[in-house]
Amino acid sequence: MSPADRASAKIVIRDLYKIFGPNPAAVLPLVRDGVGKTDLLEAHGHVLGLDAINMDVRAGDVHVVMGLSGSGKSTLIRHLNRLIDPTAGSIRVEDIEVTRLNGRDLRNFRRHRASMVFQRFALHPHRTVLGNVAYGLRVRGLSRAGAEEKARAWIERVGLTGFEDRYPAALSGGMQQRVGLARALATDSDIMLMDEAFSALDPLIRTDMQDMLLRLQADLKKTIVFITHDLDEALRLGDRIAILRDGRVIQEGTTPEIVMHPADAYIADFVKDINRARVLRVKAVMSAATDGARGPALSAQTTLEEALTGFHDDPSARRPVERAGEGIVGSVGLPEILRAIERPGTTGGTNGPGAGASAF
Amino acid sequence: MAEPNWLIDFPALDESTLRAFNRAVDDAYLSFTRTYGATIEDAFDPLLRFMVWFEHLMLGAPWWLVILAVAALAWGASRGWKLPALVVASFLAIGVMGMWEDTMRTMAMISVCTLIAVVVGIPTGILMSRSDRMKAGVVPVLDIMQTMPSFVYLIPVVMLLGLGKVPGLLAVVIYAIPPVIRLTDLGIRLVDKEVLEATDAFGASPWQRLWGVQVPLAMPNIMAGINQTIMMALAMVVVASMIGVKGLGQPVLRAVTNQYFAMGLLNGLAVVLLAILFDRVTQSYGRRMQRYRDESR
Ligand SMILES: Nc1ncnc2c1ncn2[C@@H]1O[C@H](COP(=O)(O)OP(=O)(O)OP(=O)(O)O)[C@@H](O)[C@H]1O
Ligand SMILES: [Mg+2]
Repeated sequence: MSPADRASAKIVIRDLYKIFGPNPAAVLPLVRDGVGKTDLLEAHGHVLGLDAINMDVRAGDVHVVMGLSGSGKSTLIRHLNRLIDPTAGSIRVEDIEVTRLNGRDLRNFRRHRASMVFQRFALHPHRTVLGNVAYGLRVRGLSRAGAEEKARAWIERVGLTGFEDRYPAALSGGMQQRVGLARALATDSDIMLMDEAFSALDPLIRTDMQDMLLRLQADLKKTIVFITHDLDEALRLGDRIAILRDGRVIQEGTTPEIVMHPADAYIADFVKDINRARVLRVKAVMSAATDGARGPALSAQTTLEEALTGFHDDPSARRPVERAGEGIVGSVGLPEILRAIERPGTTGGTNGPGAGASAF
Repeated sequence: MAEPNWLIDFPALDESTLRAFNRAVDDAYLSFTRTYGATIEDAFDPLLRFMVWFEHLMLGAPWWLVILAVAALAWGASRGWKLPALVVASFLAIGVMGMWEDTMRTMAMISVCTLIAVVVGIPTGILMSRSDRMKAGVVPVLDIMQTMPSFVYLIPVVMLLGLGKVPGLLAVVIYAIPPVIRLTDLGIRLVDKEVLEATDAFGASPWQRLWGVQVPLAMPNIMAGINQTIMMALAMVVVASMIGVKGLGQPVLRAVTNQYFAMGLLNGLAVVLLAILFDRVTQSYGRRMQRYRDESR
């Protein structure tokens, strides 16, 4: 990551280790010397949760962390608000060293800076929807009236008006997670941690919730760390994606980078079944050259699927590509779009049409 | 004297040693009561006054006011008319059969005992739920309190404080407190870990977490414990009357010694009625407290 990017990094994780077991400090040097998860468990009886994690989360991004079950996703996200204490390493949120927070400072960090949404909702069953959404504010010491007024506004934004006085047990899963989301949003924290927040929902509701999150995020521009094991979800929501395996980050990058250049077979396997036309955007395949382009401009943010329809009446043309605020930044033609959709390994970006087509 | 055959007779300590041992224990305890008895009695003085005040309140109030108050309590707990109706009918029957005064005394005693059990038991249960060490220490004590025949610990209590209300109260509380403690501990330990994690994630302090989440969610179990405690306290009414606690127990005791069958039966039935009322009221209160689990609301 370039220095410019680092400047805007909101959460900076450096050399973070987490070892579960009776004596983590004793086996830490072994892990530092490269002993892996399986060996550590078999020979030393400790579970390697996180292994030398380095990660920068930029302000305003949805940063997705993806990986199979047991890869350490929940462990990682729980370090960010210290529900789990690290064995070694550093986590900085702007100028706060989260790993050193304690007692009151830690509580204040959780109350004001980082809120959380849980996979199984984890609502308070004895509080109404209103009581749940207001909880984060009440904990801070806000008056009941003040907290509930704010809570009502958030309940409306997540579409639960009319359900304020219901108890969670009377709501469907999707509605409960809206409460979970509203509860996290109500604290106005700049960071939101979402651990498989939508994984327990059935597919239609899940898509609804993703849409809602994207709409809210366009407005709120929070820094969101989003855990999922579902690639479609990762690609849909993520600005950047980090892939975790056995507690290690094995690839990190923007969505197209991951899809187009999977770092290894494990990730290639992840991405092989996805609908690339929906995931990849024009910006990932366009070339910088603009000469010869004709017709109405496509937005750099258009998915390839939508871009295809723009070529229906003039398939051989190259179309200009514009980026909001920057005007025309390049051009794109049908061949490279089709290549990108067809198979991984196609080089996008500035190489221009034709280049990299023979990578596989 | 022939040598005892130890293969046939148990090789017990001989009688004089045992007598000496018992006397040593008794003497030690007696000197303890002589030294500290007065201080301890003074320490319990506020309790005695409270007990007396409460009994006067129950006895001094007009009978219809007492019935009205208890019926209102029953309505508050159940939000239905059945339970208040049961209350009114039971009290009228008790009053007609001439047991009003004894019943009031017993109710006062049970109420104060329950109050003490709750005030002592819930914090103890909370502490126990927070530390496995503490739990390992308290559980055997509770087991002993529950299984030791109650007459046995009446002896030291009476030696210490004499006959009267306070020793009776203590004996009842000691016997009846274990369920509140156990079920408070259990209830708190059973609270969903994920709900607690979410509570922490929003920056709740330990105090906010305890009173805002753990205790409310443990409340149905705690109420079940209180219910059990009340039932056990009622079961002690007769035993307590042996050391001078007035109420329904004394007529029962008299009935036993004089073979008054009807008198024993009536007073026994009054205790049963009280038990049913206390049971129903606490149970419906417990149910109302977990109405949030009810899908249909
Ligand atoms: N408290 C703990 N004690 C011991 N091992 C643990 C503990 N918590 C997690 N682990 C181990 O750490 C590893 C990572 O667990 P984690 O829950 O972070 O995985 P995950 O990626 O969130 O998986 P899932 O998709 O199933 O939620 C697993 O091997 C797990 O068994
Ligand atoms: Mg997980």
